[in-house]
Amino acid sequence: MSNTDFVLAIEDLTVSFDGFKAVDNLTMYIDKNELRVVIGPNGAGKTTVLDLICGKTKSSSGSIKFKNLELTKLREHEIVRAGVGRKFQTPSIYENLTVYQNLEVSYPIGRSVWGSLTFKRTEAVTSRVQQVAEEILLQDMLDTESALLSHGQKQWLEIGMLLMQDPELMLLDEPVAGMSAKERDQTADLLNRICKNRSVVVIEHDMEFVKKIAHKVTVLHQGKILAEGTMDKVQADEKVIEVYLGH
Amino acid sequence: MNSLAKKLLDGREGAVSLALLAAIILIVLPLLLDPFRIGLVGKYITYAFVAVSLVLLWGHGGILSLGQGMFFGLGGYAMAMFLKLEASDPISTKIQTTPGIPDFMDWNQITAIPWFWQPFQSLTLTLLAILLVPTFFAFIIGYAMFKRRVGGVYFAIITQAITLILSILIIGQQGYTGGVNGITDLKTLLGWDIRTDSARYVLYYLNALLLIGCIMLSHYILSSKFGMMLLAMRDKEERVRFSGYDVANFKIFIFCVSAMISAIGGAMFTLQVGFMSPSFVGIVPSIEMVIFAAVGGRMSLIGAVYGTLLVSFGKTMFSETYPELWLFLMGGLFIAVVMFFPNGLAGVYNKYKNKIGFLRRLSESDKETPTVAAPVPANSVTAKPQGETA
Repeated sequence: MSNTDFVLAIEDLTVSFDGFKAVDNLTMYIDKNELRVVIGPNGAGKTTVLDLICGKTKSSSGSIKFKNLELTKLREHEIVRAGVGRKFQTPSIYENLTVYQNLEVSYPIGRSVWGSLTFKRTEAVTSRVQQVAEEILLQDMLDTESALLSHGQKQWLEIGMLLMQDPELMLLDEPVAGMSAKERDQTADLLNRICKNRSVVVIEHDMEFVKKIAHKVTVLHQGKILAEGTMDKVQADEKVIEVYLGH
Repeated sequence: MNSLAKKLLDGREGAVSLALLAAIILIVLPLLLDPFRIGLVGKYITYAFVAVSLVLLWGHGGILSLGQGMFFGLGGYAMAMFLKLEASDPISTKIQTTPGIPDFMDWNQITAIPWFWQPFQSLTLTLLAILLVPTFFAFIIGYAMFKRRVGGVYFAIITQAITLILSILIIGQQGYTGGVNGITDLKTLLGWDIRTDSARYVLYYLNALLLIGCIMLSHYILSSKFGMMLLAMRDKEERVRFSGYDVANFKIFIFCVSAMISAIGGAMFTLQVGFMSPSFVGIVPSIEMVIFAAVGGRMSLIGAVYGTLLVSFGKTMFSETYPELWLFLMGGLFIAVVMFFPNGLAGVYNKYKNKIGFLRRLSESDKETPTVAAPVPANSVTAKPQGETA
């Protein structure tokens, strides 16, 4: 595979579970500062693609290059340290820690055993936590135990935990699931702000939300790309209407 | 208080609890009890090392080891081997076929001290072995399991199997280990008789101070970011992994620390009780120690010590009068604690301390001073049912 200018270059990626190809010979490129939304019917392989990128699932064949670094051979924490952040479908936060602690734990200093034993809460850490907390609208809840947050706030907190790491590529699996209409709007604003200096891949079902954020949309179906392009182009596509959007 | 002291003592409330514990075991008990009973309490305190190690590993790390007896035993045997070699000088063993070797070796037709006993002729090497051999053992087990992401109940079963294997090995290799009787007739440490009443007190105090040292070390670990990572891992291991941490390394480290603390307890056991036997290595003692930690409170280092003292004292009392009933009572106690007091005595204390005036003032004044590492909210432990996996 040749080197490219893309932040993420997925080429000929296949994964099969007992012969079932969840992702089938997929090729996809993500640009710098691009916000890409991946849509598709249930079982299309959307989450599996994110799992493959962040190393949760190992590919059967093909290549995933992040800034020309091959990710398929790396372990999960190495992929994260390279600059890829992943948000899971159900909010995955530390419920028994406070909002502050959740963010602090995600700060990319003191990640080794020794580093964590000698970690000091410096000015840089507190100001970064404060800054991210304002970004995700949780600045007044830093001392709240995160189990007590609403579902939408938990989603934001997990996005905030990724922001703490300042990744160059963020993978967000259904970030507005369970959110009210107002929270969805706030999240759209948030995503539009944070993709200014990084690339973001979002999986989402809510078409209204997709319209607000997507630079480009990729439609997956049965592990393959059905269509790719701007929202308008994809919505007008006959095949997409057939299998996903409906008439 | 400066930040290091704060980390060692766990804030003002932690310092008071530790001071209270120190006062009880260093002053009150020695004043109240005769030398025989002090010997017993000393023995219980050696178990408390293991209970403390389980608070780190199981309570905070969520890793249940049913094989802590193996580390206790390794520490104890290392100390016993040194003392046995010292007790087996050629003069006092002159009636043996081969004088100058431990008596059980002579009975098993062994004529020279085996190579793995050689280092235990030196006290320095013995002390190093007490600290490092169990830790290295834990590192190998931990590396093999945690790197493969073996956890939960599988980890518990495997540690239990390994501790059983170790006890069978010790029993089977009678010529090298003293077999089922263990290593007995230990007399002196560098010529100092460890069987006298005065030695008993010296060892008791040494033991108690070492325990307090281990608790402070554990406080330090738990109050650092490492301690927070343990809680985070227990809650959402995947999230920690996808935040850029190598989760296995954290688990290996805390397993090694817990092994080392247990081994110190084992070595002190041998010194105070005067022998070491396979009955302190196997499954039953390992599970008993989990019960000690559970009764005292598996999230509380100090609670675990009280739990150990109370249950061990109960065991001595009951098993003197109703030896057959004790195991049933112990099992019942464990079930009752897990069902009704999942955080043990420490949980009960935390629940009711707000009703007692001076304790409430104590914990409030603790909150006013901003701590170095933000304390985990007091109710965080009770409000977390998914951490109760055993």
